[in-house]
Amino acid sequence: MNSDANPVATLAWTFAVMSLFAVGGANSAIPEMHRVAVEVNHWLTDKQFTDVYAIAQLSPGPNVLIVTLIGYSVAGLAGALVATLAMCVPTAVLALTVSRFLSRSSQSRWPAIIQAALVPLSIGLMGASGFILARTSDHTVVAIFVTAGAAVLASVTKLNPLWMLVAGGCLGFAGLIG
Amino acid sequence: MPPDSSPAATATPDLLKSPPTLVELFVAFAKMSLAGFGGVLVWARRAIVDQHKWMTADEFNETFALCHFLPGPNIVNLTFVFGSRFRGLAGAIAAFSGLVGPPALIMVVMGALYHRYGEIDALRRILSGVACAAIGLMLAVVFRMMTPLIKRRDAIALLVMVAVFIAIGVLRLPLAAVLLAAIPISILITYAMRKKETA
Repeated sequence: MNSDANPVATLAWTFAVMSLFAVGGANSAIPEMHRVAVEVNHWLTDKQFTDVYAIAQLSPGPNVLIVTLIGYSVAGLAGALVATLAMCVPTAVLALTVSRFLSRSSQSRWPAIIQAALVPLSIGLMGASGFILARTSDHTVVAIFVTAGAAVLASVTKLNPLWMLVAGGCLGFAGLIG
Repeated sequence: MPPDSSPAATATPDLLKSPPTLVELFVAFAKMSLAGFGGVLVWARRAIVDQHKWMTADEFNETFALCHFLPGPNIVNLTFVFGSRFRGLAGAIAAFSGLVGPPALIMVVMGALYHRYGEIDALRRILSGVACAAIGLMLAVVFRMMTPLIKRRDAIALLVMVAVFIAIGVLRLPLAAVLLAAIPISILITYAMRKKETA
């Protein structure tokens, strides 16, 4: 909390702009959230950031609610509310506007081209999210093994992801993650 | 709000005959959101298409495709567009409040607990373990999305993907700067490739 401006205003401005660049969804914006929250504003430490990510994954609701936790850490209830609305409302209004416009001219092939063009970008962003989070939390061989194991299990089975989170939590409790 | 369904409404699943009320929108989205661990989309499809029959599968796919192609949290965009289709802006706000309100409250409680007890060693260890597994889940999504590009041997798309990964993940450049360069480049490439294919 060492920025000069009012932290709530900083939260509002930061997440409103960030949401407009979250191509492919909230998880694509995680590298930017980490950059802003840990490196630029020092709102959270590396460990707190991965903790916040873990808590968000453990809780029900859309992935975007990680910003609720970041906002809460920065400025309590007001921060949670402002960060959540800033991340959700601008793009929701944009979606509403575009959906009304598109229903009139759905013959255009541009939406399909733009959509195809955005796919590699959002995969690259999500890959970067995984990489940044792994770099801050996978410090031991067992930790890397848990990450790799969850990745493989989620890719090849239909096992409920919650079980993998629980398994990771148990291994952590047993002191194996480090 | 009085139910405005007529006796004939049960004969065909015509959506416009019985649009959901604001309360119904709020409750339905709150339910699917609270059921959704690690993503709400599956539950949203189940509730909207299968359970309430508010949309056909095709309508749902089209709406989701639009919301996926626009920036921001996809499921929030979908909720907003969906709610407004039935009840205008009030419907959008009701559905959005249902989707985000209850889980955000849970998140605030979790945040408060974390601030109070986050330094306890056992909790730190548990969260570290959960984080490791959660990162694996995200990598699985990345692999699943990459598979079609690899199968098509779409070298250019894979190159764009790697470039974005390096710019954001390794060089830690600001998101806006990277995307303002990458989006036009990727659109130009995609457009040129499609033109070549059809020529």
